Amino acid sequence: MEQAAPDLERPLQPAPLEPLGHPDAGPEAAVGEEAEGAPDEEDPGDRTMTENNFCLKKIEISVSEAEKRTGRNAMNMQETYTAYLVETRSVEHIDGPSVLTDSLWRRYSEFELLRNYLLVYYPHIVVPPLPEKRAEFVWHKLSADNMDPDFVERRRIGLENFLLRVASHPILCRDKIFYLFLTQEGNWKEIVNETGFQLKADSRLKALNATFRVKNPDKRFTELKHYSDELQSVISHLLRVRARVADRLYGVYKVHGNYGRVFSEWSAIEKEMGDGLQSAGHHMDVYASSIDDILEDEEHYADQLKEYLFYAEALRAVCRKHELMQYDLEMAAQDLASKKQQCEELATGTVRTFSLKGMTTKLFGQETPEQRESRIKVLEEQISEGEQQLKAKNLEGREFVKNAWADIERFKEQKNRDLKEALISYAVMQISMCKKGIQVWTNAKECFSKM
Amino acid sequence: MEEPLPAGGAGGDGPCALLPAAALALDGDEDDLELFSKDASLMDMNSLSPTMPTSPLSMINQVKFEDEPDLKDLFITVDDPESHVTTLETFVTYRVATQTSRGEFDASEFAVRRRYQDFLWLKGRLEEAHPTLIVPPLPEKFVVKGMVERFNDSFIETRRRALSTFLTRIADHPTLTFSEDFKVFLTAPDGELSAHKRQGPGLLSKVGQTVRAAALALRGVRGRPAEFEAMSGFLEAFSQKVGLLHKVSQRICKEEREYVDEMKELGPIHALWAELEEDLADTLQGVAGCLDRCCQATERRLRGLAEALLPVVHEYVLYGEMLMGVMKRRDHIQAELESKAEALTYKKADTELLREEVGKLEDKLECANTALRADWERWRQNMRHDLTSAFTATAERNVRYYEQCLATWESFLAAQSDLYAKEPPEDKP
Repeated sequence: MEQAAPDLERPLQPAPLEPLGHPDAGPEAAVGEEAEGAPDEEDPGDRTMTENNFCLKKIEISVSEAEKRTGRNAMNMQETYTAYLVETRSVEHIDGPSVLTDSLWRRYSEFELLRNYLLVYYPHIVVPPLPEKRAEFVWHKLSADNMDPDFVERRRIGLENFLLRVASHPILCRDKIFYLFLTQEGNWKEIVNETGFQLKADSRLKALNATFRVKNPDKRFTELKHYSDELQSVISHLLRVRARVADRLYGVYKVHGNYGRVFSEWSAIEKEMGDGLQSAGHHMDVYASSIDDILEDEEHYADQLKEYLFYAEALRAVCRKHELMQYDLEMAAQDLASKKQQCEELATGTVRTFSLKGMTTKLFGQETPEQRESRIKVLEEQISEGEQQLKAKNLEGREFVKNAWADIERFKEQKNRDLKEALISYAVMQISMCKKGIQVWTNAKECFSKM
Repeated sequence: MEEPLPAGGAGGDGPCALLPAAALALDGDEDDLELFSKDASLMDMNSLSPTMPTSPLSMINQVKFEDEPDLKDLFITVDDPESHVTTLETFVTYRVATQTSRGEFDASEFAVRRRYQDFLWLKGRLEEAHPTLIVPPLPEKFVVKGMVERFNDSFIETRRRALSTFLTRIADHPTLTFSEDFKVFLTAPDGELSAHKRQGPGLLSKVGQTVRAAALALRGVRGRPAEFEAMSGFLEAFSQKVGLLHKVSQRICKEEREYVDEMKELGPIHALWAELEEDLADTLQGVAGCLDRCCQATERRLRGLAEALLPVVHEYVLYGEMLMGVMKRRDHIQAELESKAEALTYKKADTELLREEVGKLEDKLECANTALRADWERWRQNMRHDLTSAFTATAERNVRYYEQCLATWESFLAAQSDLYAKEPPEDKP
């Protein structure tokens, strides 16, 4: 069992975030463009940034470009990677123009670094996910190649979405490292690494399937973990099927293009039917090529689902964190109880528990009363310390549960809003596709009937 | 030889876009798999007494042609396929029911059982009697490769329809409809048909004809009139186009089938997800319902394609082959005449008989050309009509399909916006 540093257990206090843009302004309004309403006042006096009256200044973040670069990696080997331009704008007044305040290039691995840092320092927060590292759920037309321009484009959007989510999170938006990510290109990696967060990371959290015999987990978290597992499963199943359906639909539409060609050729040998065939053929071509846009739109919808597929993992991580904390708590309590019992036994002389000392005493002779006294003393110290620690752990555990659950409630609402919107937009896409179909086939029908 | 289809619409790299003809090749391209083994003319069919004829109303859907609907006095249906198993072979018979008001028929209603070979016989007789008329094509003789069961239901159904079309077309043909063989086919009780069949030209004379035909074919035709030259040219091109059309249509059926199969899973997954959720459950259920309904609509669309478009296109593929035969026969007559006429120029004495023969052949050719010319026009009109209406109907079906799906999704949206209106709309970029 790895000993986690004690200061990890309490909500961490990253350095206070300087207000963006104006050094002397009040607490920043680090509200991203996609903010889902005003962030709530939820932090206790713990935080150093106390005031929550966000000023009207808004921040806009965008990942506006992607560029292929070559460079040398850590092992001094040539590599090709994509860099993304992260631009930050601040808006003076509500309808005023936005001013570009910062602009720098980041690559995917730096985004990952940022996220990993956030995961460690905000274990009670459902941290927004990054877009997928490698293309999954592809159907034949999509490329699984990371350098493919379509993939890069969709990743660009995903990265922007990630930053906007972080910026609109009431707690995460104030993090200094996040602020520096947006504003300081050079040296940022070193600063992050200097926080030593990798060392503080609890490696047990990475062991996804390791089970801990937790006796009294908060039931809500157990249910939530179960839910996140199911959600992951159902969304990935959905994405897989959707990819296959897209593939097939593509086939249906494209084969109609062949009608276009044959009609056109046929029209050449016909007199009365010639014109009708030609125009009908043209409509078949229109039909065949309409699928490209349709499926591109659907891809964005799939990306929205994917975000929540990955969010489910983040949700799971919070639940796991609770489990671990609870486990440590229970272990500590158990340890304390056993020490107390040992102490009692030494004091009263009855040996109920097995201990090595007891054995050696039996083998090598009784200990002196002085030795016994000193042992009791040590134990009593340990017990007192343990009691304090247990108290602290208990407190931290309750704090964690409270804060985590607050964020989970926030997340749930966000999820319901977003997914509902996504599903509705899917319906809108289908409607658009149907309307196009009606138009094309009505036109074709007219051509046919005139033949 | 089919020429490859070059690239057409956008999105070039997908395997489905712009398929070369090879890729379009039917998996079940007709290979000759002998279905019937024995000489069935020696076999007696099960003699089944004619059943009660069906009402005229049921025959209306057989009527496809608009020419002279009021004057139709012969209605034919083909139905009720039955499998027969004997020690030597297995075959299917169909009930052929006729309703007529023609005087030359002894009664107004008939019902007989016929098997494929009988249809084949009828076709042969008609072609023999009218070599340059366009006799309608029969569905293929042999089983499509890849079918496990020789007589699976869908194969029989497709064949049944095609046989029905075959007979109706003959009935609608101004000349063929009065063929004696046709009448016998429709009316003769089952045992009698075999007897009538044996009355045809003997085997030996058939052989003789074949030899002569081969010799003439080698010789070829000297001067094919321009109009038939044009006809032949058109036919070749048309056959090729229609063949491609058929392949494309089949491919679309295949792709749609696979699309439906995948799509069937989509609705249930959303329903499953709905069970996990509280707030989202309604929306998810709604989407699941829409997907299921659209899936069903797609199945209907697919069925329409397979049942209404494919058979028509296929028939014209067969027509193409058939018409080549008609052109050949016409050429053959002309070649016969030319060879006899040539012989005449070399003969000095005894020309009387030969001259007579040549005269007869000239008449024969004249008749043949006239018959073909007229029938060709008629065929062209029918072709235009049939293919046009088949594609128009397909387009109509597709419009209705999209309209159904549209209605489904729109009503879903309407239901959602009632709930949605209560929440403040999000600002979307």
